[in-house]
Amino acid sequence: MACIEARGLRKAFGKTIALDGIDLRVEEGRILGLIGPNGAGKTTALNAILGLTPYQGELRVLGRDPWSERDQLMRDVCFISDVAVLPRWIRVSQALDYVDGVHPRFDRAKAEGFLTKTTIRRNSKVRELSKGMVTQLHLALVMAIDARLLVLDEPTLGLDILYRKQFYDSLLNDYLDRNRTIVVATHQVEEIQHVLTDLMFIDRGRIVFARSMEEVESRYLEVIVHPEKVAAARALKPMHERQAIGRSVLLFDLKFDRTRDGVDRQQLATLGDVRTPSIADLFVAVLGDKPGEKPGDRARQQPGAAQ
Amino acid sequence: MSTPANAISEVPMAANISPMRRFCWSVRRELWENRYLYIAPLAVAALIVVGHALGLVHLPDKLRAASALDAMQQQERIGQPYVFAALLLMFTTFLVAMFYCLDALFGERRDRSILFWKSLPVSDLTTVLAKASIPFVVIPMLTWVITVVTLAIMLLLAGGRLLGTGLSVSSHVSFSQTTWILFFHLVVGHGFWYAPFWGWLLLVSAWSRRAPYLWATLPLLAVGLVEKIAFNTSYFGGWLAYRFMGGPERMQHANTTSTMAHLALTPSQSLASPGFWFGLALAAAFLFAAVHLRRYQGPI
Repeated sequence: MACIEARGLRKAFGKTIALDGIDLRVEEGRILGLIGPNGAGKTTALNAILGLTPYQGELRVLGRDPWSERDQLMRDVCFISDVAVLPRWIRVSQALDYVDGVHPRFDRAKAEGFLTKTTIRRNSKVRELSKGMVTQLHLALVMAIDARLLVLDEPTLGLDILYRKQFYDSLLNDYLDRNRTIVVATHQVEEIQHVLTDLMFIDRGRIVFARSMEEVESRYLEVIVHPEKVAAARALKPMHERQAIGRSVLLFDLKFDRTRDGVDRQQLATLGDVRTPSIADLFVAVLGDKPGEKPGDRARQQPGAAQ
Repeated sequence: MSTPANAISEVPMAANISPMRRFCWSVRRELWENRYLYIAPLAVAALIVVGHALGLVHLPDKLRAASALDAMQQQERIGQPYVFAALLLMFTTFLVAMFYCLDALFGERRDRSILFWKSLPVSDLTTVLAKASIPFVVIPMLTWVITVVTLAIMLLLAGGRLLGTGLSVSSHVSFSQTTWILFFHLVVGHGFWYAPFWGWLLLVSAWSRRAPYLWATLPLLAVGLVEKIAFNTSYFGGWLAYRFMGGPERMQHANTTSTMAHLALTPSQSLASPGFWFGLALAAAFLFAAVHLRRYQGPI
């Protein structure tokens, strides 16, 4: 069974169309990264999945309609919608008591165990904790819930790099060993690259890119081209070109055009150093910034000046 | 507090949490968050007791002076501090309840914590009912308990002061009668007779994006004003005053509420009167709308 299944999902706020007919299917046990620029519709899509907002079109989450069956759904779904949404007045012990009191799938011992690894004291109020500690507390609460779907919307926004790394490490080590589905929406794509099994780009209310990470790795290649072979590389129609440290970096879609023969790894390897593109580079290649535009022009002059 | 919770967590999968349990935890959560609900009346009660204790010096003189008056006036004169104490506590918790209602569904959206509450399997209905139970049940009961204890302490102090003087306060102030009058006044009067008022405040709290205090009062003012200008009548204002004062009977006595007997429920507030049930129906409609609004509302 698909964990999330949407067909023609639409949502408009007045004349602004936030979701413009989205089709998506997320199988159980996948870890999906939802990437998009600000205002692309990420949060709206997640809110629809979580039953926080009404929508048009078809949407099933764990076999339920999230808007009309939200109360039942929330027993199997958990989410961190934003950093720092824990109420500031609550004490750590009260938060544990309350979630324990209302959530049938909350394992208090597990949350306590996670908290002992931190410096968070039980009788502290949330307002006394640092932003990073609030996130640790929220994560401790959420990870102790045996949910089938976990939705994270910018879970590490505004945290320093240590807390961000710790967040995803905890998620990987303590949460992923079971068959759970996770959807993460974030701007900080580099940190989740190694965590994901699926990748989705959303732009202006539409899904513009949806691949599994295996597919991404086998299909997209980035070549740091030797300066003398730039023209030859460009002839192979890269998706995108950018400049990095004085060299052209071309991104190729190996399955871009099956009728054209020859664009394969071996051929590209002769042009320069080959590697799997980062999500950020792929994102830029798919969404915008066509080859040879503004940032590229200026960068291209630099190697000439150096030589 | 955590003992029953621990017992459940040992079998997290098997445990199914009843709606009643979720409701009780939600009420408890409200008390954690809004500690002023009991701190404010307790502080006022402490002030009253201290004030009363200081004033005890003159009590024997006061009683002797009052003995010249007729029985009715005696009762009024001697019972006055107790009535005053009860009214002061009532007024305090009335303000507290008003403040609570306007913040209940507004505050959680302002500080974004609504996103956390909504991530837990507690329905909007349960949440709104738990919040409504504070002004409907919890505050009246709490006020009653605090008032009764305060009056008991005051009477004991007075009794102690009067030992050996041959004078007595208790012969003029019936504690048990007062207790029951207060019970019905608070639980039925403040809890149910004011229900549409609490419902309205909760609705405004769920609806407004800013300044809930203005939204709670200005529309009422506007309705009254429009009625006055259009028809030159003031039925709406009259109706509001009637709801506030507890029926037409109470309004006639408005200036003379000096004995406990005046706090007894009026016929309009009785369960048999249509006004009572109309008020409850109105409150239910407001709460229903508040539940509906909370579903749609995100943080502000």
